[in-house]
Amino acid sequence: MVSAPDVHGKSADSVVNPMLPALYTIQRVKRETDDTFTLELVPESDRHKISFLPGQFIMVYVFGVGEVPLSISGDAAGTVLVHTIRAVGIVTRVMSRLRRGDKVGIRGPFGTAWPVQEAQGHDVVLIAGGIGLPPLRPVLYHVLSRREEFGKVVLLYGTRTPSDILFRDELEQWRARFDLEVHVTVDRAQSGWRGNVGVVTTLIHKSSFDPQKTIAMVCGPEAMMRFSALELQRRGVSTNSIYLSMERNMKCAIGLCGHCQFGPLFVCKDGPVFRYSHIKDLLVKWEI
Amino acid sequence: MSTTTPLRIELSAIDGIISSLRQQHYTVVGPTVRGASIVLDEISSTSDLPVGWMCEQAPARYRLIKLPVDSLFAHTVGPHSWKQYLFPPILRLFSANRNDGEIRIGDGLPGSDVPGAGDAVRPYAFLGVRSCDLHAILIQDKIFGGGPYQDAYYRRVREQTWIIAVNCTLASATCFCASTKTGPKASSGYDLALTEVITEQDHYFIVEVGTERGLKLLEGLNHRPANESETARAAELVEGTASQMARSLETENIREVLYQSADHTRWEAVAKRCLTCANCTMVCPTCFCATVEDTVDLTGMRAERLRKWDSCFNMDFSYIHGGSVRSSVKARYRHWLTHKLASWIDQFGTLGCVGCGRCITWCPVGIDITEEYRAIRDTTLTNLVPSSTEEVENGNA
Amino acid sequence: METLERILAEHPFFKDLSDPYLKLVTGCASNVRFEPDKFIFREGEEADQFYLIRQGRVALQVFLPDRGSITVETLEEGDILGWSWLIPPYHWHFDARALELTRAIALDGRCLRNKCEEDRSLGYELLKRFAHIMEDRLSSTRLQLLDLYGVRS
Repeated sequence: MVSAPDVHGKSADSVVNPMLPALYTIQRVKRETDDTFTLELVPESDRHKISFLPGQFIMVYVFGVGEVPLSISGDAAGTVLVHTIRAVGIVTRVMSRLRRGDKVGIRGPFGTAWPVQEAQGHDVVLIAGGIGLPPLRPVLYHVLSRREEFGKVVLLYGTRTPSDILFRDELEQWRARFDLEVHVTVDRAQSGWRGNVGVVTTLIHKSSFDPQKTIAMVCGPEAMMRFSALELQRRGVSTNSIYLSMERNMKCAIGLCGHCQFGPLFVCKDGPVFRYSHIKDLLVKWEI
Repeated sequence: MSTTTPLRIELSAIDGIISSLRQQHYTVVGPTVRGASIVLDEISSTSDLPVGWMCEQAPARYRLIKLPVDSLFAHTVGPHSWKQYLFPPILRLFSANRNDGEIRIGDGLPGSDVPGAGDAVRPYAFLGVRSCDLHAILIQDKIFGGGPYQDAYYRRVREQTWIIAVNCTLASATCFCASTKTGPKASSGYDLALTEVITEQDHYFIVEVGTERGLKLLEGLNHRPANESETARAAELVEGTASQMARSLETENIREVLYQSADHTRWEAVAKRCLTCANCTMVCPTCFCATVEDTVDLTGMRAERLRKWDSCFNMDFSYIHGGSVRSSVKARYRHWLTHKLASWIDQFGTLGCVGCGRCITWCPVGIDITEEYRAIRDTTLTNLVPSSTEEVENGNA
Repeated sequence: METLERILAEHPFFKDLSDPYLKLVTGCASNVRFEPDKFIFREGEEADQFYLIRQGRVALQVFLPDRGSITVETLEEGDILGWSWLIPPYHWHFDARALELTRAIALDGRCLRNKCEEDRSLGYELLKRFAHIMEDRLSSTRLQLLDLYGVRS
């Protein structure tokens, strides 16, 4: 008789239900900018402790309100789960009002990771746009924790205005390091801003890395990623060495609900991190 | 397993099958007449089946016709499909209770005392599963149970479900399973497969046995090996059904044709007709998209998450903060058809279409998937493939 | 002069420019230096130079009465600053101000304009190079205008 295939030989009864959230407690809330904040979460029980890879995401549930996919912005080697969240929808707005001690449900981690292994021995170029910086921060933590295993490391970060800059203190620390090249730029400056003005793609030709031995990881709005990838190619980086993190509507995060389809791909399980060469044709098919 | 010789059972044995399954606490679900159509619902005897009814189907048209015989399965598929039992239109995934700042979340599965996807359900026995629908179930098996993550509800229910298939002895005008190679004869995946034979003097069923439990079910019932002419008669009827099918889907190179056709003008044309009502996705036996809905009661203490069928024709389906990825009708129709007939192959190794024809019948404006694909294929094949080979030849000359 | 010529020859902007042309261009070049906050040029002034930034950072600014000086773009080491010298009536459209100590090579636009008129193929070479820079800046500006990181409501 035909029956559903077994997972690891377990019967249906012992299979962990991937749709059931585990409870986590908020340990710390940090306001980053007007609309962006960081939550640090710890599991209610050790049984639900998770480990993740940089680039993976979590489904975070607010009691009775809803669930949203959130990238992880903390250190994969750390003991807390860190999310940096921009309050743009109902769930994230409610989340922005949560306080220390409040509980949320989490499922995950899900999805593919940034190629930190593949990047070993290479120059690493991280290009972040807006809220695309948090998903790349775990890569930077990883790379800095074993700095000698990587070539040149470059972080290019573009955001809307100076007041939208995330992780200012850390950016200053990173910028002060001699083994890290950090450029920050904004699209719109206010009077008195002495930093860079211009889109993040303009920083690509100004930074020093060897295109032949570079792994580039790009995260931000889709158009920003497309143009960054073109600029990287113009610098001579192969399409195989460029990685993007895609965003689509997600409900289940496990490839069952159909929402995140991107051509034949499910962003939740085939992504969110994709090799650019793998998706570059899809990226220029509108409304795919 | 399957036995080599088909068996013959009499009309009365169908009631025996139903009552025996009911005695074993299965909810027997089968086709039944409700209003002006044949739907699926719990049945308790053959009198609940659409006795003497057949259906006439055409694009945007469905009606029942009374026959002068007491057939049980002279109809074809209706607006319902079996997915509504294995993949319910609304399912409570989990509940969460809040008390003094403490939250308990559970899914009703073993180890959880809070209701959810694991809530008790009586096991099902499906009677009258057509080959197209059986293939649809096998496809959903891959979707919900074939990957690294599984649908806990689907697996639990599916593992116990009986499938008693019925081979089609009549095709509707919207059927095209012969071309998708998913019917009209059930080939595997069933416990029992029946072919209804009605002659002037006789009304019997040829039974093919697919499982041990299927064979065991027949033990208490009157049956004997079918003789050659009985088997031949049944085979003839089913073959006749295949040749009745006026519609077809040309599946050769279907994936390549569609992947080359994202900018085809036909999408604009069909978008002018499509109402994005989502009927096609609701009646489709393989469509599996779902959304979730979070609710909280008035006390604020009890929350639930419901999973509900969703459709790629809905505007919200592809929403990401600020807008929808597929906002045009053209893009949504293209996504649906391309998913069914092309990207499904990449995702699950099979077509997402089983040729049941429901989307044609139940489309309020009668959009026909076979016609839409043919229009794209005809122009794509003539425009793209031959011209590209010509260019190569010219280029080499 | 020799070092100036070498610096120009090595700069991507002048890459593959023939030796005689390079010599011509060098004849119009001089080293300049701007202290932090110093204007390099100002809106409305006659545009008779362009700059190859060797060190430092320059802000292109517009002054708005209600908002003060707003930077619309910043340029730095390796960038070319200024093309109004090429296009009549040869006036600057923006303010350019050094954000930090900035060293540059200034190229005399009037001198180059005359040489380009005399030798059209030199003119073509230079225009081609400026067209490339303009295209770059234009597409960046278009992206900038999209306000990609803004929240749509």
